[in-house]
Amino acid sequence: MTSGAEQWGRKTQFRRGVPVARALLLLALLLGLLPVRPAAQDWFRTGTGLGVKKIRLALPDFAGPAPGSSLGTLFNQVLWNDLEYSGILEMVSKSFYPLPASWPTAPSQLQPAAWTAAPVAAQMILYGSLSQQQSGLEVHAWLNDLGNPAAAPVLAKIYRGNADPQDIRRLAHELADDVVQLLSGGVPGIAQTRIAFTSTRSGRPELWVMDYDGANQQQLTHLGTAALTPRWSPDGTLIAFTCFEPYRGVLSAQICIYSLLAHRLLGFPRFAGTTSSPSWSPDGRQLAFMGSALGGTQIFVSDASGGHRRQLTFVPRTVNTSPMWNPRTGQQIVFVSDRGGSPQLYLMNADGSNVVKIDLPDMGYVIDPAWSPNGQLLAFSWRRPGGNYDLYVMDLASHQLLELTRDAGRNERPSWAPDGRHLVFESTRSGSRQIWTMLADGSGLRQLTTGGENFSPNWSWH
Amino acid sequence: MREGSGRKAAWVVAVAMLALLGGACKKKVQAPLPAAPPAPAPPPPAPTVSLKASPTFVTRGESSTLTWTSTNATELDLEPGVGKVAPEGSTTVSPTTSTTYTITATGPGGNASDSVRITVGPPAAPKLAPGPSLEELFAQNIRDAFFDFDRADLRPDAREALTRDAEFLRTHAQIRVTIEGHCDERGSLEYNLGLGQRRADAAREFLVSLGVTADRLRTMSWGKEHPFCTDHNETCWQQNRRAHLVMAQ
Repeated sequence: MTSGAEQWGRKTQFRRGVPVARALLLLALLLGLLPVRPAAQDWFRTGTGLGVKKIRLALPDFAGPAPGSSLGTLFNQVLWNDLEYSGILEMVSKSFYPLPASWPTAPSQLQPAAWTAAPVAAQMILYGSLSQQQSGLEVHAWLNDLGNPAAAPVLAKIYRGNADPQDIRRLAHELADDVVQLLSGGVPGIAQTRIAFTSTRSGRPELWVMDYDGANQQQLTHLGTAALTPRWSPDGTLIAFTCFEPYRGVLSAQICIYSLLAHRLLGFPRFAGTTSSPSWSPDGRQLAFMGSALGGTQIFVSDASGGHRRQLTFVPRTVNTSPMWNPRTGQQIVFVSDRGGSPQLYLMNADGSNVVKIDLPDMGYVIDPAWSPNGQLLAFSWRRPGGNYDLYVMDLASHQLLELTRDAGRNERPSWAPDGRHLVFESTRSGSRQIWTMLADGSGLRQLTTGGENFSPNWSWH
Repeated sequence: MREGSGRKAAWVVAVAMLALLGGACKKKVQAPLPAAPPAPAPPPPAPTVSLKASPTFVTRGESSTLTWTSTNATELDLEPGVGKVAPEGSTTVSPTTSTTYTITATGPGGNASDSVRITVGPPAAPKLAPGPSLEELFAQNIRDAFFDFDRADLRPDAREALTRDAEFLRTHAQIRVTIEGHCDERGSLEYNLGLGQRRADAAREFLVSLGVTADRLRTMSWGKEHPFCTDHNETCWQQNRRAHLVMAQ
């Protein structure tokens, strides 16, 4: 621990995310002290389902569509990866399974005893097959509760698509999401979600999107100036971002809106000075953003089309930026302000009233706040005195803090996945700015990009 | 018959008449002269000389070329200030005031002279092509304002630079300026967009307070997206923490 940690206020506690055991203990204690909530809410509060035992799932390879088929291999890889990364399952290693000859591809072939016995000791089993039909590719999938072998499968479903890698991925993602939905008590899976980000691999910073697992990376803009800070609209059809466009002859930061349906930019008003960091209200009808006023930058709100612009902060010669609406209620906005000297986090009502500073036990430079989907947690990046930019999660009700990264490069701009269990962020830990994902307790780190500089990630709402 | 004596007498008369006549037609036969002196030589030809100047109008400091030719001259003198010269030639002069140059050619046949006047005018008014352009003047005279880390307030050196900038801008009222705010790499992307704007606004406010008309000054921020250098040390970071003044087109 740094000396900064010794200056804690009495109220807040401060723990590293790794080792996980300590965090588990802390959070379990916290849960015990907090008002009782339904089981699904406990899950959200911990962010990962920690404190709830993970379900042991066996996943023998799905058979087909043909022996040695690369599509079959791809399907099984993507499916395994999706379920393993969900954060709620303990995938039983295939090295413990019975011989492949006895792997079921249909319910009639399932021998539950072989899968509940040691060393497999699985609680659930997901199995099935791929087959090429005239109409296309079919995936038949079953999910059985091994503790209740006589009962009907929990899931029995056919998924249809084309026999190409794109659709194979989609089919695996759909199945994975269905399984996660069933086994997590209703929390949606993220296998079909996407991440928007900025990449310089084509020269200047441009807007890109990719699948949540880093597949299908695609360039959306070719502006040649700079496309930064993208944010998905709640319905997933638009991405608002910071661009550089001329206003009255001055090339300056403006807000741009990219339409994924029309594959082009939509019109948006331009303003003098710097306009940036657009953030969507949860109903998709409004944008909050940073604009120039009073010798500095202030928080503004407008319609999604840029009309009815109104100013929310009025502190001269200060920077007020990085606004984000509470995604559950739409009633509050968190933002960054240096009105106290260095950038810190503040909360205010959506009309600009009741501005409250979020106190942290240490001074420093606090940026990039990101509200969890349930509106209860804030993730952010914090550079403590003498320290590095590291990611933290704070419970807003109790101000309990969880440290997610330490001594591993510069880590910024966290963004929550819609399951409230995962975060995407930018990190320099590999030597250059790249996009990483992790579970919300700091474990499960995955690097999604490698070429060029990649930063400013944002996870889609669905 | 005295016929023969009459004929003899006619002959005498004829000869006498011829002699008389002959004597009357022909030059007077002078008495032989003593040896005459040689005929005086024709008088020697008079010298000629011609003097030209090119150009005949110069501005102070410029030079002109004098060119002359002559005939039948053995000595030539070009004044003022040149002296003895060859019968044919040229020379460069740089008179500081208007001067009439005279060349005198002397020869056996006499002398001759010619003159030409070179007018010296004041230095020419500056033309548009030579001399620095407005862009060059801007580059030579305008200085950026530099900032401390995470700060947008003006240091003394920044105030000094902007004060001089204001002088220049007040005396060149046709110039419009875009003030770009820049930050070093250590801050965050989003915060630095705001901090750069604060820096640009601080510089603008100061220039306006010194009498530069506000609508000549526009501000924007590049945050840390357009650095002047990319090294990871304070020398470079300081270079990037600035309000950068650019002439607007």
